[in-house]
Amino acid sequence: MSTAVTAASALAAALRPWCVVLGLALAMAALAQPAAAVEVERVRSTGGIEAWLVRDHANPIITVRLAFRGGAALDPAGKEGLAEMVSSLLDEGAGDLDSQAFQGRLEDQSISLRFDAGRDVFGGRLRTLTENRDAAFGLLRLALGAPRFDEAPVERIRTQILTSLKRALEDPDAIARRALARALFPDHPYGRPVRGTLESVGAVSVGDLRRFVAERLGRDNLVIGVVGDISADELAPLLDRTLGALPAKASSWKVADTRPRASGKTVVINKAVPQSAIVFGHGGPKRDDPDFYAAYVMNYVLGGGGFTSRLYNEVREKRGLAYSVYSYLNPLDHAALIVGGAGTANERVADTLAVVRAIWRRMAEEGPSAQELADAKTYLTGSFPLRFTSSRSVAGILVAMQLESLGIDYLDRRNGIIEAVTLADVGRVARRFLDPDGLTVVVVGEPDGLAATE
Amino acid sequence: MQVAVAIALLGIVAWSAATARAGEERTATAGGAGRTGVFNPETFTLDNGMRVVVVSNHRVPVVTHMVWYMVGAADEPPGKSGIAHFLEHLMFKGTKTRPAGEFSRMVARNGGRENAFTSSDYTGYYQTVAKDRLELVMEMEADRMSNLVFNEDEVEPERQVIFEERRARTDNDPAAILREHVNATLYLNHPYGRPVIGWEHEVRALSSEDLAAFYRRWYAPNNAILTVAGDITAAELRPLAEKYYGAIPPRPMPARARPQEPPQRAARNVVMKDARVRQPTWSRTYLAPSHGTGETRHTYPLEVLVEILGQGATSRLYRSLVVERKLAVSAGAFYDADGLGPSTFVVYASPVPGVDLETLAVAVDGEIAALLRDGVGEDEVARAKRRMRASTVYARDSLSTGVRVLGAALATGRTVEEVESWPARIDAVTAGQIAAGARAVFDESRSVTALLLPEKAPRRK
Repeated sequence: MSTAVTAASALAAALRPWCVVLGLALAMAALAQPAAAVEVERVRSTGGIEAWLVRDHANPIITVRLAFRGGAALDPAGKEGLAEMVSSLLDEGAGDLDSQAFQGRLEDQSISLRFDAGRDVFGGRLRTLTENRDAAFGLLRLALGAPRFDEAPVERIRTQILTSLKRALEDPDAIARRALARALFPDHPYGRPVRGTLESVGAVSVGDLRRFVAERLGRDNLVIGVVGDISADELAPLLDRTLGALPAKASSWKVADTRPRASGKTVVINKAVPQSAIVFGHGGPKRDDPDFYAAYVMNYVLGGGGFTSRLYNEVREKRGLAYSVYSYLNPLDHAALIVGGAGTANERVADTLAVVRAIWRRMAEEGPSAQELADAKTYLTGSFPLRFTSSRSVAGILVAMQLESLGIDYLDRRNGIIEAVTLADVGRVARRFLDPDGLTVVVVGEPDGLAATE
Repeated sequence: MQVAVAIALLGIVAWSAATARAGEERTATAGGAGRTGVFNPETFTLDNGMRVVVVSNHRVPVVTHMVWYMVGAADEPPGKSGIAHFLEHLMFKGTKTRPAGEFSRMVARNGGRENAFTSSDYTGYYQTVAKDRLELVMEMEADRMSNLVFNEDEVEPERQVIFEERRARTDNDPAAILREHVNATLYLNHPYGRPVIGWEHEVRALSSEDLAAFYRRWYAPNNAILTVAGDITAAELRPLAEKYYGAIPPRPMPARARPQEPPQRAARNVVMKDARVRQPTWSRTYLAPSHGTGETRHTYPLEVLVEILGQGATSRLYRSLVVERKLAVSAGAFYDADGLGPSTFVVYASPVPGVDLETLAVAVDGEIAALLRDGVGEDEVARAKRRMRASTVYARDSLSTGVRVLGAALATGRTVEEVESWPARIDAVTAGQIAAGARAVFDESRSVTALLLPEKAPRRK
């Protein structure tokens, strides 16, 4: 039920912090049942570097995903956006190759190499044709080990990031997401913007960029997922050649555990747009919480499930209040959230929020019905193989499994875990987590009849 | 890495429906990457005229099932814009034997994912499910091909949903509003000038009878294409296709007679000033041939040209304006050769602070003038072709790319053979043909120049 071709304002989704995507990837992995044709191999190089591999020789393509633990939450105060800036600069010249030469090598060999910064991880993605495999891994080695940070590309990328931050100031959804993070984590790095601010991005120096690479990109922080046309024997020496020169250990670092501040506060940010962006959230289960899976099932019924969730039915289907309405679990390393959102005309914001709170309350008080639970389970288990239909998705799952220490046999166990969730479990976690009066709400627009609480 | 700034502004970022309920499905990407390739499909046609395409991919026991109707927003009657898209929404309501919402409930209950999309040229519905659930979704999709029920109680809330969709996609975003105006200005007579989602006042006036009439007029097996990708062969699919879709009788189809463009003789300018705008952008949209219409001998050369001119960090526009002259934060071009009607070739740039749009326009025009004067180099052509060839390999990696490309091609009057021979046709393009394509397209009297500016415009030279 979407429109194609002429319209697109998808920047918001594209810029969603990686941690959220990763959270979803985890959720995906969580749904796995024994995967026909998906066998995960543990590959360990002579130098001790480990990667998880899913071989697939159907096409001459190799896809690699890397993640270094420790993300934008470690950006120094006043230098928010550092990790993001590094992620945009690693492929802008390395070793003997200046920016255009490096980009030329990538483009001429159709190699895709990208980096990204999330709150908890610094990630990388490499995709190449088998015939260019060695060149591709060579460019990855250079990007991680010998980035140049020449002045011209640094300033060009800085200007691009500043421009994109200015554009985000035009976007009600982006403004709302930032404000929600700030409201939920006023005294914690999670409250700060991953992409930084106009001031903080301006303050990042080349020395900061170099320090980031030297201190953060250590082998002890790194997990790797590989998918495609390569064997374990071929991969192992490539791992040493590509990553063996990285520091064995990253500098020690620590992010404090915290809880989101969810006191029922409503923030209204005035912006002259016809449709208000609404986001809301409060605490949720962390990934290692024994209640995580029950909460995952609960959220499917609440606002996670396709065209069938309670939020979808009540807000969109019955009342036509929004085009998009949703909720999702966002388990970060040091805090966890249940977050939701909707977009609605300014005059209908108060109505929409009242419906959302009522749905939240009813779920907290009554839990789902037996039928809803059964439907959630058949969806969550039955849709498992759909996650394995592209190399990129599989590589993401391999990395998420390692980041969360889920075990290499995880895919074989997960559907059983979902199946074991009971109605009582879901009712209990709904009571434990859902708090309609505690939701922190941010509205960006000109909502009628909605008072900010401060 | 280029930070995607103006790209997003111009609306060619692929949408990831990660958490949104209903995401946009781009069915036609700009430029060459991921567009097409050799998918080795199997094809057959049912007795009622419904065409079927199968692309086998046995990685996991999953299939993507899609039904395409050869009708889109450009086929709407005048004054009733948005009807194709509105109908797409209503297809998720009830049929004679299924209550509203049952379709989606059944798909979800069976572990499936689904959505739909509307373009100017076609409307599509798809589900991705485990192979053993394919028959279920085929039965339901066939049901809603001919048994849809139009119930006022369901139409009215859905109209509100569509207004919210319009606000989210367009009204909340000055760049999207400008895009709507550029299209409306570029096409003097062709219905591509109307937004797919429709003008608000016309959507407001659509009646259930309008929607039902459009449905009865266009939704029939002989105006539909079935594409299935995944762990299945044509031999396995055929009996199911015959059982569910083959049972639906064909109907006489109206011709897709659309008003055509007259000769265009005047360059047009569109300026949008909006207080919300923080970053100005300049673009020029030229009318261009598509595979479906116009000087089609230019389409393949233009696909190579756009790669050279404006795709990627080593393209001419990016290298010149962004890297070397430091005038722009972003610059590039896109061209979509697909489509039944006249297409567009777009060049764009967004300035660094302190540079005005006039300076950018002069710089872009300089690149175009150089191109018209000197053509393109053999080396540039070879590099572009290599990248485009590789894109066809990557296109085979995902389950549904092949059927998306093939379905869109068939729905716009192209053939499977044309899609399959795309690499060879690209390979055959010469520098001379590219120069001829450039001369044919870069004619300002057939273009719209668009300026997106803050309410208080920066001081001009």
